[in-house]
Amino acid sequence: MIAILDYGSGNLRSAERAFATAGKDVVVTSDRAVALEAEGLVVPGVGAFAACMNGLNAVDGAAIVRERLAKERPTLGICIGMQIMFSQGTEHSDGAPHAGIGIWDGIVSQLAAPILPHMGWNTIEAASTSTLFEGVEGESFYFVHSYAAKKAVGTTQAWSTHGEKFLAAVEDGYISATQFHPEKSGAAGLALIKNWVDSL
Amino acid sequence: MTLSVRIIPCLDVTDGRVVKGVNFTDLVDAGDPVEMASLYNLEGADELTFLDISASVAGRETTLDVVRRTAEQVFIPLTVGGGIRSVEDVDRLLRAGADKVSINTSAIARPELIAEIADRFGSQVLVLSVDARRANTESGFEVTTHGGRESAGLDALAWVEKACALGVGEILLNSMDADGTRAGYDIGMITAVRAVSKVPLIASGGAGSLEDFSAALDAGADALLAASVFHFGIHRIGDVKSYLGKHNYPVRTMAPR
Repeated sequence: MIAILDYGSGNLRSAERAFATAGKDVVVTSDRAVALEAEGLVVPGVGAFAACMNGLNAVDGAAIVRERLAKERPTLGICIGMQIMFSQGTEHSDGAPHAGIGIWDGIVSQLAAPILPHMGWNTIEAASTSTLFEGVEGESFYFVHSYAAKKAVGTTQAWSTHGEKFLAAVEDGYISATQFHPEKSGAAGLALIKNWVDSL
Repeated sequence: MTLSVRIIPCLDVTDGRVVKGVNFTDLVDAGDPVEMASLYNLEGADELTFLDISASVAGRETTLDVVRRTAEQVFIPLTVGGGIRSVEDVDRLLRAGADKVSINTSAIARPELIAEIADRFGSQVLVLSVDARRANTESGFEVTTHGGRESAGLDALAWVEKACALGVGEILLNSMDADGTRAGYDIGMITAVRAVSKVPLIASGGAGSLEDFSAALDAGADALLAASVFHFGIHRIGDVKSYLGKHNYPVRTMAPR
């Protein structure tokens, strides 16, 4: 069973249906025990970095992610759900950056690009050892974001470019994350989701 | 790695059916929205837009159902506009399966709505739809309401700048002079709006020939929206993409699977 962590408003219906196409039961939940015990947990992202962390903390999300990692249970972050896996984010912060969950040491900062958000379909450059991108290396994925991590973390990275090069996806043992929205990336996105689900 | 230009079919929906007329009159029944969304997805649409032109509460409820059924089977971004007046309206649409909402008249009446939506859901969910036409204002373009029938008394460029400052994530620029004519996008208007905005710009209104699409990109559009040329089969989405691809514009192609 796959759990999609519900910690705010937004479009979780697409994610629910997209993960269901991979052949597992899917629940959208904010229940701690369900999120903890699920075979795979999906952490979507809603709004800005700090707002997202507030929403996550309201359902004890950071602790759930850490506890799953300690128990070797897979988690997948999507979009802002990827960004908050990092230690720091500068979105809407005037002084000190906001703190993330801190699975990865790094900072999520604004992309240096003339037009923001980076909105639309972009290609990626994935490591040949990637599990997520197996069979979809040359395809485009749907991005909507203005901030990103720009330094490598984890064991396997995929990169994309908008104004500058940034991390499009990370695979790191039991934690994976994509800056793009696989649930909105058509057939290529569904194939990537199936790769993740099949790896559980 | 380059961001592709987006080709976006727009489905005007009322009471559960797709309609599209010339200059918003002479509505012609063009099909079932969920079926058409599915078809456009298979043809390579990069996003879909539903514009709800229902006049009644019952019509709007029907649109929520259309959004729900579409989001269950089409896994590309879906924008919904029409009749959105509050943060609650946005929440309802996002929960039904919309990824973005576009607002127009309600933002003109109460610009703070832009900031309210952006603060709650993030700028990326919010598209400002601007129905503009050539007029004797400071920039030469004015904002209209009621499908282009009435002047909003606003200069189009001043409005775009204000809305960007309040937090819109994207602009849908619809030329009311060109809408439905298939005589080409209003290139001067696209150029002018591009010059005052740093968010993605969707050009709309007037698409006819394949050259019209590339001309709008040259003027600074990031995405191209069209309705009648697609609904009535004048061009297939694949035709537009292969034309643009041949002329070295970045387009998304899909591997056969």
